[in-house]
Amino acid sequence: MADYAHYLPDAERDLRSRSSLAQLLHIDVFLLLPLLVLMLGGLVVLYSASDESWTTVIRQLRNMAVALVGMAIAAQIKPETYCRWAPALYLVGLVLLAAVPVVGVKAMGAQRWLSLGFVRFQPSELMKLAMPLMVAWWFAREGIPPRPMSLAVALLLVLLPAALIVIQPDLGTSLLVAASGLFVVFMAGISGWYIAAAVLMLVASLWPAWMFMLKDYQKQRVLTLLDPEADKLGAGWNIIQSKTAIGSGGWTGKGWLAGTQSHLDFLPESQTDFIIAVLAEEFGLRGVLTLLLIYLLIIGRGLWISLTAQTLYGRLLASAITLTFFVYVFVNIGMVAGILPVVGVPLPLISFGGTSMVTLLLGFGVLMAISTERRIITR
Amino acid sequence: MASRRPALSDTGRESAINSGRVIVAGALVLLAFVTLGWRYYSLQIVDYQQFLVQSERNRVRLEAVPPKRGLIYDRKGRLLASNEPSHRLSIVLERVDDLDELLAQLKALVVISEDDIRRFEQRRRRRRPYDPVPLKLQLSDEDMAVLAVNRHQLTGIAIEAQLTRHYPYGDLLSHVVGYVGRINEREAATLDEAAYQGTLHIGKIGLEKRYEALLHGTVGYQNVETNAHGRILRVLDQQPPTDGANLYLYLDVDLQRVAAEALGDQRGAVVALDPKNGGVLALVSNPSFDANLFVNGISRRDYNALRNNPDTPLLNRAVQGRYPPGSTVKPMLGLAGLEMGLVTAETMIPDPGWYSLPGDSRRYRDWILRIRGTGHADEVNLQMAIAQSCDVYYYDLAREMGIDRMADALAPFGFGAPTGIDITSEKAGILPSSEWKQRAMGQPWYPGETLSAGIGQGYMLATPLQLAQATVALANRGESFTPSVVRRIGNKQVGGLPREPVAASEDHWATVIAGMVDVVHNRRGTAHAIAGGLNYTIAGKTGTSQVIGIAQDEEYDEDTIAERHRNHGWFIAFAPVDAPSIVVAVLAENGGGSSAAYPVARQVIDQWLLAGAVDG
Repeated sequence: MADYAHYLPDAERDLRSRSSLAQLLHIDVFLLLPLLVLMLGGLVVLYSASDESWTTVIRQLRNMAVALVGMAIAAQIKPETYCRWAPALYLVGLVLLAAVPVVGVKAMGAQRWLSLGFVRFQPSELMKLAMPLMVAWWFAREGIPPRPMSLAVALLLVLLPAALIVIQPDLGTSLLVAASGLFVVFMAGISGWYIAAAVLMLVASLWPAWMFMLKDYQKQRVLTLLDPEADKLGAGWNIIQSKTAIGSGGWTGKGWLAGTQSHLDFLPESQTDFIIAVLAEEFGLRGVLTLLLIYLLIIGRGLWISLTAQTLYGRLLASAITLTFFVYVFVNIGMVAGILPVVGVPLPLISFGGTSMVTLLLGFGVLMAISTERRIITR
Repeated sequence: MASRRPALSDTGRESAINSGRVIVAGALVLLAFVTLGWRYYSLQIVDYQQFLVQSERNRVRLEAVPPKRGLIYDRKGRLLASNEPSHRLSIVLERVDDLDELLAQLKALVVISEDDIRRFEQRRRRRRPYDPVPLKLQLSDEDMAVLAVNRHQLTGIAIEAQLTRHYPYGDLLSHVVGYVGRINEREAATLDEAAYQGTLHIGKIGLEKRYEALLHGTVGYQNVETNAHGRILRVLDQQPPTDGANLYLYLDVDLQRVAAEALGDQRGAVVALDPKNGGVLALVSNPSFDANLFVNGISRRDYNALRNNPDTPLLNRAVQGRYPPGSTVKPMLGLAGLEMGLVTAETMIPDPGWYSLPGDSRRYRDWILRIRGTGHADEVNLQMAIAQSCDVYYYDLAREMGIDRMADALAPFGFGAPTGIDITSEKAGILPSSEWKQRAMGQPWYPGETLSAGIGQGYMLATPLQLAQATVALANRGESFTPSVVRRIGNKQVGGLPREPVAASEDHWATVIAGMVDVVHNRRGTAHAIAGGLNYTIAGKTGTSQVIGIAQDEEYDEDTIAERHRNHGWFIAFAPVDAPSIVVAVLAENGGGSSAAYPVARQVIDQWLLAGAVDG
């Protein structure tokens, strides 16, 4: 370093000060930059999707500010602290989930909310974070590859909260929460045979699940996916309109604020779950590919952090958080385009809403904590 | 901790396992993103055109712009049929999730009758799903306010502004102008659907029906951008409609009102024509009805009240009412007698007050016999016979003429055929002949029937309009025109269409008209009662026609006879005699006699000649 500094005196100072500032704040710049670009772009789309409502944009900005602060705080906490507190957090989440059917608040036909007087929140959101923390803690403790007993315990850890969420009922969230735990199991290196067996069992259980477990509205969603034209004005309406919005955008899009599907109210949920249809309609395939690229950069950085993490716990946790994020992205973008059933998953960091924004950025805060821990140690 | 993680080599192995899995995960992520990219590529590039069309179709709706219906004005520019703005509640079915629920919601807010629902169901069948289907017409201000407040909960409703026909003169002109009503299923079946897109009303009767094609105009179209709730946001392009043509009438509302008021409660009809062109100056049929009742669907109760009314207000007596013309045919028959050489102006006929056919003991009485016990005079000539309405003179003339020549002589005056007036439902009346009787009744003609025909009784039936039409020919000494209510359509002159004139020599016309002048101005004239204070000359003819046959020896006693069996009173007239500017025919149904009719004619003519009604 000193040699180079001789020739480029400013460079070293720049490099040192920048990296040291980021280090000092435990911020991963390569993660932060695409996140910020994504969120800013999201505001631009939201402004259009909300029919140019500054109120909505400002509220979303406030959500983002809160979430970013949360992320910054989460980044300051050492991974080993997370590891230590994971069981406690998981237990709290479990208790809260169990409490929902007893003291929860009903909204839209499902009992998912807990009221704390000043704020209502969904314990399942907490579980989205607590789950990977917990399963990673377990495998970090047990070592990998897992022995059958520890694998069984891990699956129990995954299934317990998932089951509690299913009975709310919220099948979509339950699957996502379960996925975030299963990613840890996958990362822990379970044998390919286990995975193959699991897939087989899943396929085998499809028919009984359809017959006995799925509720009518859930079946409807699947049927709608297969044939949205069957019920044009009912269940199929959303998906037909979103596909129309996307398709009519073409390569270049209709232009910002010029999307007819969204601005004329044909597109439902255009500020929340279906916001990518607005983007696709107004910015075309160009916009969609750009969005996918930014998501890819974030996921890639997350996986990189996982690869280079100093501890097993960090590695498992980083990849689980990253892959969970990926699943949100994939499920949302896929369902709006009509290749996955419609489940209530917002487009990460772009859809309007505070809860998911905070949960996601807290996750990225944890990622940054893992990422910056490595650097500090390297130094 | 140390016991659970025993060796450094394990950490290395863990790291290797984990790295492998991260790489696998990364590959899966890439695969997933390629799938997404491919999906969006296929939607946005491969199927782009299809979705573009679909989004355009979503957003853009082709909409009919109904033309404004042509207005109707009287001769002085007064509006007789106008278009008033109103609002209607419609439903865009495509946007409605649950129609029953929406209807229930709407019923809670505004009054929606079973009739409305029934009509809605009818209309619904012939509309495309994105077309608004009218549910309730003529929303009140309160309805509008209530709907505006609840608008956000009522997805799929549309409030449409429209123009509705209004007849400011109510019942005064219903039998002339007629009315429009909602297009019914039968009409819809035969209608050019494209031409009537967006139009709910169609002319049902009167001028409104006769001139429907011109009044309606040509439908226009516009492309409108709508949102998902069917609300129109802007018009993208349009082909404007061509509004219907305005009708300008010969008719004078003032004269019409005077005629209607002169009739008062008397059932009957008044037809006033302009002898210079056949223009209808007034056409009254009493009683009448309010045309506005029919515009948006008359209620069953109102309709039954009109239909079951014994005074038949829906019957247009002026053009549909068929009555024996009675003595009003005497001037025409007299003219025919002169032209055929059967009589001359000087021919005198003895008048004992009755007449009988040779070899037949039956006595045909003169109406005067009942009053005076004798005839009009020892001998009567044609002028006197007209002035005093001498039946004996005409019994004799009729016998000599015979029924078939009589029919031939009356036909050119317009009897026995529709006049061709430009309002609907005109009746032809009956002009009997031996051939007619054989055809209609399968019986030969009897000589006694000829005598009845000679005084306008028996089988002969005429409408008040036909008598007015015949009187035009008398007033003009032969010339007449097809009667026309409409003078001008837009800038195009209509009306004044000449008919084949009645041919007769000047002298013969003069004799007959002199008789008609005496009807009013001679002391012994049958309508002398209206001569008081006249400063112009009226030529007229009274008529009384029997409703039921009176037996030969039976007395006709007005007091004891049922009102509906009383005689009809007629009066036809034109004035001034030297340069006729108005012709009037008045029918007083069951009025007892012509005295119920001629005062009406006097008032109408006074209004026309004296009250400054005459214009260019």
